[in-house]
Amino acid sequence: MLDAFASAFALIISGDAELLGIVGLSLRVSLSAVFFASLLALPVGAAVALFSFPGRSGVIVVLNALMGLPPVVAGLIVYLLLSRVGPLGPLGLLFTPTAMVIVQSLLIFPIVAALTRQIVSDLWEEYREQLTSLGASRLRAIPTLLWDGRFSLITALLAGFGRATAEVGAVLIVGGNIAGVTRVMTTAIALETNKGNLTLALALGAILMTLTLLINGFAYGVGEFSRRRYGA
Amino acid sequence: MIRTIIRFSTALLIALSLSLSVNAQERGFITIASTTSTENSGLFEDILPQFTESTGIEVRVVAVGTGQALRIGCNGDADAVLVHAPAAERQFIADGCGVDRREIMYNDFIVIGPGSDPAGIEGTETAAEAFQIIADAEAPFASRGDDSGTHKKEMSIWADAGIEPAGSWYRELGSGMGAALNTAAGMDAYIMADRGTWISFDNRQNLEILVEGDPNLFNQYGSVLVNPANHDVKHELAQEWHDWLVSEEGQAAIGAYRLRGQQLFTPNAN
Repeated sequence: MLDAFASAFALIISGDAELLGIVGLSLRVSLSAVFFASLLALPVGAAVALFSFPGRSGVIVVLNALMGLPPVVAGLIVYLLLSRVGPLGPLGLLFTPTAMVIVQSLLIFPIVAALTRQIVSDLWEEYREQLTSLGASRLRAIPTLLWDGRFSLITALLAGFGRATAEVGAVLIVGGNIAGVTRVMTTAIALETNKGNLTLALALGAILMTLTLLINGFAYGVGEFSRRRYGA
Repeated sequence: MIRTIIRFSTALLIALSLSLSVNAQERGFITIASTTSTENSGLFEDILPQFTESTGIEVRVVAVGTGQALRIGCNGDADAVLVHAPAAERQFIADGCGVDRREIMYNDFIVIGPGSDPAGIEGTETAAEAFQIIADAEAPFASRGDDSGTHKKEMSIWADAGIEPAGSWYRELGSGMGAALNTAAGMDAYIMADRGTWISFDNRQNLEILVEGDPNLFNQYGSVLVNPANHDVKHELAQEWHDWLVSEEGQAAIGAYRLRGQQLFTPNAN
């Protein structure tokens, strides 16, 4: 264990180019996935919270259930879509970082959408009278409520980001763990474990955990700062 | 303050996207599907830069079991395959999935087990004999169980021994060579592995080589091009890779690769 942390430290200090590439790709893929998934998931979650339509309960149950979508299944679905023999085969996206962004977006979308629905739903209960008395339609209320819930929504985004950076099954299937192209932190850890190089694997794990900690700390800090400054 | 944070985050994001641009070679890249043994042993890390140096073609390797590598090739998701199951490779060509199979290199399989050797297989001449003893003793045996080249070979040895392995002692893992070795080490089981992965494997615990040198444990690697008639693959670039592997330069590069003082693969293109 101590060996692992010592070598993690040595790896970080050495600024190894390959390691930096892997860390950079992990962050780029997962941040892009959070971005694209949220672009759709925030309005969808809010819409499900505010509008009543037939089958709404069903949609909520499905969204909640999909939070537990097994990454391997998501990976398999995207693999079959992107393979040359699949419907999106001609795009040639299999084994590229883009494929990894797609599969992670698929995993993140239900998490952000379901949590957004819950948050917006609660806010709507609170501000319903106020907003309707101001003459805001439900559609017009969506941006207001999303803005109002931004501090809670950051937690939803972090949950999505955590899911994306932590999973290995999906990106392994659609990315192929190609050195220098689609190798991210988790697939590198899996590879080193398979080589029996447990110390290096654990060292990479320690670096991944540290990164996650830093990003969460950063988000928390920004949230606290703005809360104090602008009120929540 | 808020502005500083926003500026800082933006700068960070831009730096991130820049740091990621893949350095594409001037002539583009090919994707090959290969086995975990070639990847885990570090062979590719050693020879690919030499190939890229002399041709300007980048090679991207997806390392999976032989069975899956052949499927990836058949679907056109790779431009060539480098695997180790001659019978399956010939079938791959017969099925119209691939063209032009060439033998590249070989090493051998070994039977590994705990140093205490509870079934007593050490000193047996052939793998089939050793398997027979393991089955009789019902000693724990870890099988890859993943349709890889090593798994196919293991099954053929069970067939030679006239045994259909089953029972709680026979554990099908469904994982790659390295992961299977980790598991075998954890449960003190017998296992068959390729020598390349074994030499590069660190987490051996009690495991040691017990049976080796049986001619039946010969492990031939072959390269096959994906049939360009089926898919829009990069046939010309893949052909150069294929030719390089059997060229004097490529063969020398394979033969020169050493790990821990041992040669892992012996080139044998003809």
